[in-house]
Amino acid sequence: MKLIYEKSQAGRRASALPRYDELPAAPEIPEDLRRNEPPRLPEVPEFELVRHFTELSTRNFGVDTGFYPLGSCTMKYNPRINERLAALPGFARLHPLQDEDGAQGALELMWRLQEILAEVTGLDAVSLQPAAGSQGELTGLLLVRAYFAARGEAEQRRKVVIPDTAHGTNPASVTMAGYELTPVRTDARGNIDVDDLRGKVDEHTAALMLTNPSTLGLFDENIEEIERIFHAAGALMYYDGANLNAVCGISRPGDMGFDIVHINLHKTFSQPHGGGGPGGGPVAVRKTLEPFLPVPAVVRREDGGFGLDFDRPQTIGKVRGFTGPFGVFVRSYAYLRMWGPRLREMSETAVLNANYVLARLKDAYDLPFDRLCMHEFVLSARTMKREHGCTALDVAKRLMDYGFHPPTIYFPLIVPEALMVEPTETEAKETLDAFCDAMLAIAREAADEPELLKEAPHHRPVKRLDEVRAAKQPVVRYAFDDALERVEAPKGA
Amino acid sequence: MTQQHPFLALTDSDRDEMLGMIGVGAVDELFGDLPDSVRLGRELDLEPALSEQELFAHVAALAERNADASSEVSFLGAGMYDHYVPAVVDAILQRGELLTAYTPYQPEMSQGVLQAIFEYQTAICELTGMDVSNASGYDGTSVAADAFYVAKHATGRSKIVVTEATNPQVRQVVKTYAAGFGLEVVEAPQRDGTTDPDELERVAADAAAVIFQQPNFFGCLEPAPDLVSVAADAGALPIAHVDLLSLGVLEAPGRYGAALALGEGQAAGNFPSFGGPHYGFLAARSEFIRRMPGRIVGETVDTAGERGYVLTLQTREQHIRREKATSNITTNQTLLALGGLVYLTWLGPQGLRELGETCLSLAAYAKQRLAERAGIESVFSTQTTFKEFAVRVGRNAREVVAAARERGVHPGYALGRDYEGMDDVLLVAVTERRTPEEIDRLADVLAEVCG
Repeated sequence: MKLIYEKSQAGRRASALPRYDELPAAPEIPEDLRRNEPPRLPEVPEFELVRHFTELSTRNFGVDTGFYPLGSCTMKYNPRINERLAALPGFARLHPLQDEDGAQGALELMWRLQEILAEVTGLDAVSLQPAAGSQGELTGLLLVRAYFAARGEAEQRRKVVIPDTAHGTNPASVTMAGYELTPVRTDARGNIDVDDLRGKVDEHTAALMLTNPSTLGLFDENIEEIERIFHAAGALMYYDGANLNAVCGISRPGDMGFDIVHINLHKTFSQPHGGGGPGGGPVAVRKTLEPFLPVPAVVRREDGGFGLDFDRPQTIGKVRGFTGPFGVFVRSYAYLRMWGPRLREMSETAVLNANYVLARLKDAYDLPFDRLCMHEFVLSARTMKREHGCTALDVAKRLMDYGFHPPTIYFPLIVPEALMVEPTETEAKETLDAFCDAMLAIAREAADEPELLKEAPHHRPVKRLDEVRAAKQPVVRYAFDDALERVEAPKGA
Repeated sequence: MTQQHPFLALTDSDRDEMLGMIGVGAVDELFGDLPDSVRLGRELDLEPALSEQELFAHVAALAERNADASSEVSFLGAGMYDHYVPAVVDAILQRGELLTAYTPYQPEMSQGVLQAIFEYQTAICELTGMDVSNASGYDGTSVAADAFYVAKHATGRSKIVVTEATNPQVRQVVKTYAAGFGLEVVEAPQRDGTTDPDELERVAADAAAVIFQQPNFFGCLEPAPDLVSVAADAGALPIAHVDLLSLGVLEAPGRYGAALALGEGQAAGNFPSFGGPHYGFLAARSEFIRRMPGRIVGETVDTAGERGYVLTLQTREQHIRREKATSNITTNQTLLALGGLVYLTWLGPQGLRELGETCLSLAAYAKQRLAERAGIESVFSTQTTFKEFAVRVGRNAREVVAAARERGVHPGYALGRDYEGMDDVLLVAVTERRTPEEIDRLADVLAEVCG
């Protein structure tokens, strides 16, 4: 398919802008600041624009297209009412620097969302500001820094403990927050290895970062002991909320002993993932950490109105512009109000769906930790690779031919040939069965006709793409006039 | 009996069959790994679930309590702008295949979004005069922090300079991040609305990077080539924080030597939306390609030799490099960046230049009318401005805002919120959406409330 730049013809345009007569001439821009060569933006009429991006959309697969069991990403249905609400002019056209009395509805919505998230996480105070889970992690670690700085322990506590199953964002955030990483192993049942942990937590430990249930889809059976170890050492506990979809209304991070939690609004609370974003990464904390939260805080005033409080002398500062991605808050608030206390059903169904798919698949693939799972589970294609030469990647590509988005693969890193499946609560049993049938068929194909897997996908707009070449010879923008030469070169080469 | 929730599908018989397959008797048994002490043991204390119709009524009532740019004539800018967003942006962003997909880890499933990002990267490079753009950052503040992380590692230095005339929100956010990065943040003062290159030179020594905004927070044009020279002479990376919509009339940062160019994309294709979600763009010269944070899409071929697109250079990223990654960013702002691409395609090069010229003319008209009708003068009268300018209103600007709003006009941003000695200064933003009649009305209202 052509790029929009390849459809461009000089002189065409999709926009007509208002023209105001009798305005004074624009002020002269100094020569050294003036642009003389126009940027080569596409030149297309409006209908070509619409056709181009519509065609692109047909080459893409979303939750609206079909089953998307991408582990750890919670690809659930995104209700359409949320889009209608976020687009209301009172929200979409509201300026973030509007005076408080002109933004009462927006501030009230944020305050209400904070209250709901506090109840769901079992913690006391919430900042909605972080733009995504990763920024929530960094915010959380900066809160840890500020907390220990206020106690005079900033120099002493330099280490953050992270299990080897963690998302890559956790160690990356640790470095960005200026901390040192202390990795801890996973035991034979898929829990944190508590013996390994005991030797690693001491007066130099600032915090634990834990996803629970873990990226293996397993709830840590030793969570009470882990909590005792960290709090006895004077350290804090940070909960990566990536997997909160497993436990809403059933178990709360605050009740597990965590002091700081980030929530992924785009995972658990249905902000559409948008092909990679936006997200939302609110942070919830215990009372003792509230003074350090980002400014401004959204507060309810004594007169019942809502406002922004900038007067937080111990704050870590701001992590993002204004008060966060408000449109995301509208969608998640709407979603939460459509569940209310029935959130528990949402999580129970997510866990039931995952266990059902696991039960149907576990004899056909390797199961590294043979337990009931929570909202997701990790299989391995290790035996398939050894016996038939087909990898997790091949399974993923072949699944596309059956009309499903593949699971997350090669993560967590401790499981070779990992296939991480998260069905979410969305999906009818018929869909789950069709997916299981496909996975079982692929396991048979690997034995009988491995080429079907290795050459997959067969029915997508492109065949398997060469990712190594892309990285070795990076082409990261259209080359315009040079393009012709480059595309035709291989013929003669 | 409870009604089936519209976002669930399992019937009682489905559930029974599934539990049978799993080999347990009840859903609760699936949670057997949770110790009693961590179980909630009660219902969540939340209001009952709403139907869609009830939800709409409730949330629409909240929206109506806000004074947005459709209910008052707004000259509020200061980093977020009321530019027109064409219907094609809404239509494309609401395509479910794009809206409800995630990061294109599986490229054969995601050629649509991958090609769109490649086209977006191209547009950003064209506008900024850079060689490489990432797929977006969170907003115009966090991309500045990202750029400092690049500069820290590229130079091995630990001081960064930000000009005082850079958006205060950007300055606040980079200071927050700097605590973690182990960077010291130093500010270069503004004089008469712009940054003096000589004063910048005094603080730029040993700096990893110098960031300035063009046009700056006061709307004034900085002597950008001179600031870049000062930074480069000091061995610091010159970083330009720019407004995409100015780049039809203002020079591309790459042309005057900036190492990185970044900024807030909201003005180009996103609604203000009370502060987000929007996209931050980040572009750099090719030498920084392997230090870039975030997703980058590259061109490749499939096994049949056909062109296609994939996420590339992933060894920079957290899921591969973990604690040694160039950033922790994962989820970014792809959908909003796609809105930017659709918008920039809609504008085209002619539209972009016309838009810039219209903003320049309208702002000049507004300056003239405020002086003529209300006796209100620009604070930095010798400077060239783009679509925003500062005026002295003769009394506390926050009071002026309140009084003008009672008359249906939001006159702008009270600069005293961020700058000492500017309590009587208002920052007025004029986009193409403000008609000459509305500007006249602003002048009349200000004449009334400032007189």
